Amino acid sequence: MTKLGQWLCGLVLLGSAWAALALAPPGLRLPAPYRQALLPLPVYLLVAFGCYSLATVGYRLATFNDCEEAAAELQEDISAAREDLRRLGLRF
Amino acid sequence: MAAGSSDKFSVLLPTYNERENLPLVVWLLVRTFHQSGNNFEIIIIDDGSPDGTEEIAKQLEKIYGSDKIVMRETISVLFSSGTAYIHGMKHATGNFIVIMDADLSHHVSLYLIKQKEGNFDIVSGTRYKGNGGVYGWDLKRKLISRGANFITQVLLRPGASDLTGSFRLYRKEVLQKLMEKCVSKGYVFQMEMIVRARQLGYTIGEVPISFVDRVYGESKLGGNEIVSFLKGLLTLFATT
Repeated sequence: MTKLGQWLCGLVLLGSAWAALALAPPGLRLPAPYRQALLPLPVYLLVAFGCYSLATVGYRLATFNDCEEAAAELQEDISAAREDLRRLGLRF
Repeated sequence: MAAGSSDKFSVLLPTYNERENLPLVVWLLVRTFHQSGNNFEIIIIDDGSPDGTEEIAKQLEKIYGSDKIVMRETISVLFSSGTAYIHGMKHATGNFIVIMDADLSHHVSLYLIKQKEGNFDIVSGTRYKGNGGVYGWDLKRKLISRGANFITQVLLRPGASDLTGSFRLYRKEVLQKLMEKCVSKGYVFQMEMIVRARQLGYTIGEVPISFVDRVYGESKLGGNEIVSFLKGLLTLFATT
């Protein structure tokens, strides 16, 4: 199954569970307070996911390594390489 | 099988206008492999560069020997990475293939140790874990990178931290199998390789790499690139 397929299955499953419990078709009736709590659940989950995303990306952005050493090492390597290649006869 | 003394590493270097960087990359690779004592060859696939890249590659071939430097030219306009690898692999005689960029953005280091450790089918360089990272990126560029990677992780759950990287080591037969299956172009192609590899059950090891960006000043990441990335991502989402 494709990832899209997995997502659709998951959404259909959760969606129908939520609809069944929160929208109260005649056959299935939960006490009113529970139904009222369940009703805005999808929106809450979306907002929660949004906050999680922002926090995660923000954290990862802040901890993104800056490779100063690698850059300096590269500079040295480049000088060594140019010298050696010149010695070996390369015409740049 | 873990890498041993009978193994040979073929490094594929697709180039376009890399006259300046190519000799440096080759010199660094030669030094690295001499230090590790592994058998290797470097295959240069040039896209008809107008700046004399081919000429310098031929010089390098004379200096290092044509068993070590193999120069193959592809004359086509704006080839994608996929085409370059297909061409390169035809000439590869090693049993491990290393794919990397020729513009010195990949600090040349060895994946061999990692491969030996876990006997992986693929070893992928990651900028996002361990002491991997970047140099020369401003905040905006980093944000786009992390944001795009986050969306990719949520949608594709690929099991690898860096999908758009192009510094990787593959077993030759694994790369051949993946090339048959992958259809995308550009860096989406790199993403597709990892996703398909997971599906086929190949083992993937990760190694932190430092990406030193020396070309960023010239090529800004524009709206076009972002749109095409999203298109590619959604295509992978719907088809894999």
